[in-house]
Amino acid sequence: MSVATEQVPAEAVPGVRAAKKRGPDHRPGLSRKLPYLLLAPAVLLELLIHIIPMLVGIWMSFVKLTKFFIANWSAAPWAGLNNYRVAVDIHNSVGEGLLKSFGVTVAFSLITVILSWCLGMAAAVALQPPFKGRSAIRTLFLVPYALPAYAGILTWNFMLQRDTGAVNHVLVDNLGLMSDRPFWLLGGNALTSLITVALWRLWPFAFLTLMAGLQSIPRDVYEAASVDGAGSVRQWRNITLPSLRPVNLVLVLVLFLWTFSDFNTPYVLFGTAQPPAGDLITFHIYNASFLTWNFGSGAAMSVLLLIFLMIVTGAYLIVTGRRSRRA
Amino acid sequence: MRETRGFKVYRAVVLAVLGLFVLVPLYVMVTSSLKPLRDVQGAFTWWPSNLTLDPFVDMWKTVPLARYFVNSTIVSVVATVCSVAIAILAAFAVSRFRFRGRTVFTTTVLSTQMFPGVLFLLPLFLIFVNINNSTGLQLVGTRLGLIITYLTFSLPFSIWMLAGYFDSIPRDLDEAALVDGCGPMGALVRVVLPAARPGVIAVAIYSFMTAWGEVLFASVMTTESNRTLSVGLRQYSTQTNIYWNQIMAAALIVSIPVVIGFLLAQRHFVAGVTAGAVK
Amino acid sequence: MRLRSLVAAAAVSALGISLAACGGSDSGDSSNGGSSGDQTLTYWASNQGTSLDNDKQVLTPVLQKFTQDTGIKVNLEVIGWNDLQTRIQTATTSGQGPDVLNIGNTWAASLQATGAFLPFDNDAMTAIGGKDKFVPTALATGGKEGEDPTSVPLYGLAYGLYYNKAMFAAAGLQPPKTWEEMVTDAQKLTIPAKKQWGMALAAGSYTENVHFAFINASQNGADWFDKDGKPTFTGDGNVQGVLRYLDLMQKDKVANPSNAQYDNGTKSVNDFATKKVAMVINQNNADSSIVANGMKAGEYGVVPFPAPAGAAQPVASHVAGINLSIFKNTKHKDAALKFVKYMTDEATQTTLGKPFSSLPVLKDAKPVFTTDAAEAATFSDVYNTKSKPLPLVPAEDQFESTVGKAMNGLFGKIATGGTVTADDVKAALKSAQDQVAASS
Repeated sequence: MSVATEQVPAEAVPGVRAAKKRGPDHRPGLSRKLPYLLLAPAVLLELLIHIIPMLVGIWMSFVKLTKFFIANWSAAPWAGLNNYRVAVDIHNSVGEGLLKSFGVTVAFSLITVILSWCLGMAAAVALQPPFKGRSAIRTLFLVPYALPAYAGILTWNFMLQRDTGAVNHVLVDNLGLMSDRPFWLLGGNALTSLITVALWRLWPFAFLTLMAGLQSIPRDVYEAASVDGAGSVRQWRNITLPSLRPVNLVLVLVLFLWTFSDFNTPYVLFGTAQPPAGDLITFHIYNASFLTWNFGSGAAMSVLLLIFLMIVTGAYLIVTGRRSRRA
Repeated sequence: MRETRGFKVYRAVVLAVLGLFVLVPLYVMVTSSLKPLRDVQGAFTWWPSNLTLDPFVDMWKTVPLARYFVNSTIVSVVATVCSVAIAILAAFAVSRFRFRGRTVFTTTVLSTQMFPGVLFLLPLFLIFVNINNSTGLQLVGTRLGLIITYLTFSLPFSIWMLAGYFDSIPRDLDEAALVDGCGPMGALVRVVLPAARPGVIAVAIYSFMTAWGEVLFASVMTTESNRTLSVGLRQYSTQTNIYWNQIMAAALIVSIPVVIGFLLAQRHFVAGVTAGAVK
Repeated sequence: MRLRSLVAAAAVSALGISLAACGGSDSGDSSNGGSSGDQTLTYWASNQGTSLDNDKQVLTPVLQKFTQDTGIKVNLEVIGWNDLQTRIQTATTSGQGPDVLNIGNTWAASLQATGAFLPFDNDAMTAIGGKDKFVPTALATGGKEGEDPTSVPLYGLAYGLYYNKAMFAAAGLQPPKTWEEMVTDAQKLTIPAKKQWGMALAAGSYTENVHFAFINASQNGADWFDKDGKPTFTGDGNVQGVLRYLDLMQKDKVANPSNAQYDNGTKSVNDFATKKVAMVINQNNADSSIVANGMKAGEYGVVPFPAPAGAAQPVASHVAGINLSIFKNTKHKDAALKFVKYMTDEATQTTLGKPFSSLPVLKDAKPVFTTDAAEAATFSDVYNTKSKPLPLVPAEDQFESTVGKAMNGLFGKIATGGTVTADDVKAALKSAQDQVAASS
């Protein structure tokens, strides 16, 4: 089945247009079972890889799954809401750590999303009218997105080293902006580094999506506007931005969900030496689970994260859905 | 949009700034891969003073990169082919049939994308172990386990994207094929798929990139025998040294297949993303 | 299809990407080796040599000899340190592990608590040659006191203070015997004009940091856990011990602040080998890295890591090294015991001691990792008489990660210009202690 996708040329279906139309929902017999058969492989896999593990994960969040029980996890004692209580108690260091990590993640996510959108939009608009070299530049801009995540992040890790990195070489040796070499993977700068690296990998996706959206705006709309004397900025505000509204709504949600649960960037960038300013939440949960062998607690934190993401996404969809209906 | 002088200045600035932002890391990656180890351990220099191809030779010896490459290729290709095939069937069902459970299916599949990976990593591992114990089918430490996992990771997107694509193909076309005597599957293969080709290609690229770049599950589900590149690259940092030049060389080499594939097919990717918009 | 649904599709795709990108976890595990009656053992070896491949080359002939002697085949996998702990975790979780494996000996009591490893009771101990063959301090790392150990020592390691002989001679200095002398020497050898520092510290490595927290606190006579296994991190001796080590960078300024980014011992050893620093404190397996990076044997000397004058205990190292464990689920218990006996017999220890730069874990055995008699004597002395095991409690792994990471943070604060006082250290250790208490 898999190879069938590209085998049949479009010419193989001549004259189909001439045939007469039938209602879509009046198919006989087989069609009752057919859709279920078609869905079966997908459903089975989703159950196996996503749904059942998630339910098991929720179960784990209610048991005391520490190293004493991990070898025989079915015998782990019931913990009730205890794992949750510890996770949300901001007066102990576990809850406090989770809260701080949550704060860092919110900041990281918001800034990265906004900047990605801005860069993506800037580039998409700049590349909107055709010019020589346009497709080469577009290709170049997509490279960071196409690169496997670990390859790009490893390169940035190398560049952000204090004494041997390219970033400090530029700032201190080439430009002379600072006399003292700053740390990029330690202390407060770690958040800046995290955002830069995530932005580098992420903005091309915003660019790609916005560029695709721009293609759907008919050129004559702009021509009419410039006849009316509208400048570039006004054209962008009055035509481009409103037309991209549906694209933006989805793009922003996607970027948010993506950055909020980013694991690769802190994991590859900081390794085992992650500074507090770079402690993103999925990485935090990962460490809470694996470093201290407390999988029940880690699962509880994951469930809290899941609930948070569901609420934000749901609220976002309701708000934007209502607004677009009104519009 | 008319190209005013202001616009040209704007364009030049944007392209220069973003071009640098994108290019500098790529430049560092390439030049560092051509430096001897001593040079990458010392202060950074823009221009490599001692050019060498040794990192590209040594990197195959420091870690068994070739084996990881083979593993990654097999896992990614098989996962992609299966994922696309399964997604096509499911998307066809969602797009062309009205049946009980359709909404439940689409909503559930979509919402799986919100699960934090850490939530289901350990459970999935345990499930694989249990399957192994009860059926003898080995899923941990084999390519098969990775393939099943990765192909499912890309399924939700693929189904949604293809269902959207199929929706944009006029039903008249496949209705006509039905009248011509094809069954629904005939209509899928002969009418819908050819028309949805860009979408299929986009989905395939996406699946491949997902599998090729996945780090987290690979580090749990792989042993020496099925290790993929994403975790294999970490091993250039050994007990005695961190071979930055070889890391950069290896990162470059493993990026090439995906980057070329993506860039060659980016047209379809854009088309896939925008399918309905242009119609 | 309308734009909105398209975009929705795009969105979903990105979600998919996010899913793939998120997650996080860890480790891999693997299969049990040959389940039927065939005599093939699966053996996980930790990375001891210069690369995984190097380990394989060193071990293969040794394992072949074992096969010749006994007819038991050994299926070897060498695992890097990045992966080892998580691989062991997943093996423990799933019950699917190798037959025999290496563990960092400091994890012994924590791993024992999982119940996934075979206790070496009297019979098992006899089968591997009797407990009397081991150095007692080394064997003590095998598990919790008063219980049958679940691991036995394989490779011994100890900390020593490596110094550059030429630099010391040029400055007219003698190798230090006390902490105070070490600091004074290091200050004299910190020469900004030559970009030379007195010492290099692996200040971004939580495992290295926690070892020094332990050693320095031990020199003050302090303990990290009480008799009941409850953490006592905030004791004065612990706080002062940690602060003394931090002060090498903060107050004494003998280490480059960049060291705060050194997330493994390799980086500090490299600085020493490339003569950027005059001293480094490392375990004796630094020898192979030092030589691999261009310094010749004979250019450096080693003395015990010094304690302050009048220290409560002259502790110069924890009992470091690698232990061997047998997975409880093994289907080849007798073969596994034979293998452990073979790996810990004198001939094998002598063969492996040199390439892996390890100290013998057997009584009366001579160290072979170096031809420098003085160095060998120093390390033997430290290992046999000046070292103390890390806390032998189930929460030891949490002690390592929480205290080690707290020290990473404190070094980070110092390196970026902040000041760390005894109160800051105490607060950080209090937080670490809370975390350990919360998950025990």
